[in-house]
Amino acid sequence: MFDFIPEIPLSDWVDELVDWIVETFAFIFNPLKNEFGDFIEWVAEMLGAIPPIIIMVIVVIGAFFITGKRFGLAAFALVGLLLIQNQDLWTEMMSTFTLVLISSLLSVMVGVPVGILMSKSKVAEQIILPILDFMQTMPAFVYLIPAVAFFSIGMVPGIFASLIFATPPTVRFTNLGIRQVSQELKEAAEAFGSTGAQKLFKLELPMAKGTIMAGINQTVMLALSMVVIASMIGAPGLGNPVVSALQRSQAGAGFVAGISIVILAIIMDRFTQNIYKKEE
Amino acid sequence: MPVIEVKNLSKIFGKNVKDSLKMLDQGKKKDEILDKTGDTVGVNRASFEVEAGEVFVIMGLSGSGKSTLIRLINRLIEPTEGSVMVDGEDLAQMDKDNLRRVRREKLSMVFQNFGLFPFRTILENAEYGLEVQGMDKSERAEKAKKALDLVGLGSYIDQYPRQLSGGMQQRVGLARALANDPEVLLMDEAFSALDPLIRKDMQDELLDLQQTMKKTIIFITHDLDEALRIGDRIALMKDGSIVQIGTPEDILTNPANDYVERFVEDVDRSKVLTAEHIMVRPETINIEKHGPRVALERMGEEALSSIYVVDSNRQLKGYVTADDASEARKKEIKDLKEILKTDVPKVKRDTPMQEIIAIVYNTPVPIAVVDDGKLVGIIIRGSVLAAIAGEGEVNTDV
Ligand SMILES: Nc1ncnc2c1ncn2[C@@H]1O[C@H](COP(=O)(O)OP(=O)(O)O)[C@@H](O)[C@H]1O
Ligand SMILES: [Mg+2]
Repeated sequence: MFDFIPEIPLSDWVDELVDWIVETFAFIFNPLKNEFGDFIEWVAEMLGAIPPIIIMVIVVIGAFFITGKRFGLAAFALVGLLLIQNQDLWTEMMSTFTLVLISSLLSVMVGVPVGILMSKSKVAEQIILPILDFMQTMPAFVYLIPAVAFFSIGMVPGIFASLIFATPPTVRFTNLGIRQVSQELKEAAEAFGSTGAQKLFKLELPMAKGTIMAGINQTVMLALSMVVIASMIGAPGLGNPVVSALQRSQAGAGFVAGISIVILAIIMDRFTQNIYKKEE
Repeated sequence: MPVIEVKNLSKIFGKNVKDSLKMLDQGKKKDEILDKTGDTVGVNRASFEVEAGEVFVIMGLSGSGKSTLIRLINRLIEPTEGSVMVDGEDLAQMDKDNLRRVRREKLSMVFQNFGLFPFRTILENAEYGLEVQGMDKSERAEKAKKALDLVGLGSYIDQYPRQLSGGMQQRVGLARALANDPEVLLMDEAFSALDPLIRKDMQDELLDLQQTMKKTIIFITHDLDEALRIGDRIALMKDGSIVQIGTPEDILTNPANDYVERFVEDVDRSKVLTAEHIMVRPETINIEKHGPRVALERMGEEALSSIYVVDSNRQLKGYVTADDASEARKKEIKDLKEILKTDVPKVKRDTPMQEIIAIVYNTPVPIAVVDDGKLVGIIIRGSVLAAIAGEGEVNTDV
């Protein structure tokens, strides 16, 4: 019915854009791919070299104290980690953890400053909000395609995709947390002659800390889900057994890997949640 | 020289500032301007001066522009027009660095809901103003402790604001403001969130502090009682404009217009009025010239049951009653001294109404207002009642 309108070559344009970016910014992508890739691998190796028993002890003790000296999470973590070890998925679990850790850290390093910028400028907020919506609603694995174009396969494109997918909550919550600081407190800071930086660091960020931590918690969870999906482009970790189980339709193997992801997710979620709950 | 000098200070909230200012020039009202331009007039051409050591109260109903005005003084709100001179420097024209310097050194603010940082201890809160100046830790702790001692909170330094009652929290707010040793305290409804008893305490405490520290205070309130209690002078605001500035007595006894008058009607006048506001001119007879016959005549003319007796220097001698006077005439007594009564209820010019009320109901004759032995006026029961009710005549020319 609308044949008289020729099909807009939108996908071609995007292809060209990606090609152009790859060529033009190769001088950024290549060192990132190589040096940064080496760095991540080094971190993964270091963490992987720690004997499982030590990690279990640290996590269990940490869980006990971070939940206000209760045994629930500690017991869960102990059983869960033992199960992962028992199913021979420890190495994969540590790879996933490393990727989540690094991509979450990057998300926070990018997200908090962007959130601050947004909270300080209405214009910035109006520009950034729709971008965040876009970043979050696009199906996660679509990011894998340009990620591969930029960084080929492996850990680095996984982290890149995760960065795009998982950063928005940190940005949003940082913005929200700072904007929620009451007008009177902001006036108090200003009336006593604070500079902008003093107001930010002595009032706004401490006040927003709980809200920002809630955002970081979400970021960590999104990073985890993205890192698992990134197995499709060769990122190591718990996603791999899932993908291969899918290809060979091995329901049992898939289930075991899935359970391991859930265990890791719950532990990371409770840890980040309790950090900010403790503040309140 | 005044510490603070505000000239033609205006604030228009909105986007059509130029049009709105023009309409203000034409004498248009706040409502009209909102209708036409969509702008809100926050403050309209306010001008006043505050002298060193003065407690200057800005009073008005909610929405009259008090908060906006006080925030224009330390430029938390950018003025649309006008100037704010602090020690001769115009804050409205200042660059950011200088503005910050003035805020740190000269102006401190106390907030309605205290404005304390919940994650800081009491001491850390009181230190805030010194901390942002870059003062080192031990020095600022010492100064903050001194300020907390002043407000009676020296032993609470390690607590957090939420552990303290409202009154105590506001003391912390006050200590934080005093720690900087500013010239001027800006207090926006500082006691309005407190319950009435604590509020009275805080008012007294503020006045005590003011007596010893001689700060200049600009105090905002919507409560006339509070304004009368603590203000040396009071500015009354309506729709962004200052409609009257004067001493508490000026405002009460000489309201500039209906608006002020209506405001004043609510107040318990007995607290601020004194004898000289309600006394009336006395009918008298002269003991050196007159006898019972003249006394009776005067009382008959004015329908009085007694009359005050003075000498030629208007020194009060006593009074005679109508009954005694007619008795004396029958007995042909010529000398007033024989029937003179001297148990006169006396007050001074500045005796407050409350004391007068206590006397006026227990005395058969009007109260004599005496200055240096001279009779300057009398107070009758009716005028006391009228004054309390806020109606009737009140002397405005004292
Ligand atoms: N930031 C603002 N934006 C728009 N209008 C404001 C703003 N602040 C105050 N106003 C308006 O200015 C007027 C004076 O307000 P305010 O100074 O808070 O009064 P008060 O403190 O006497 O209650 C009111 O009509 C109020 O609605
Ligand atoms: Mg107000």
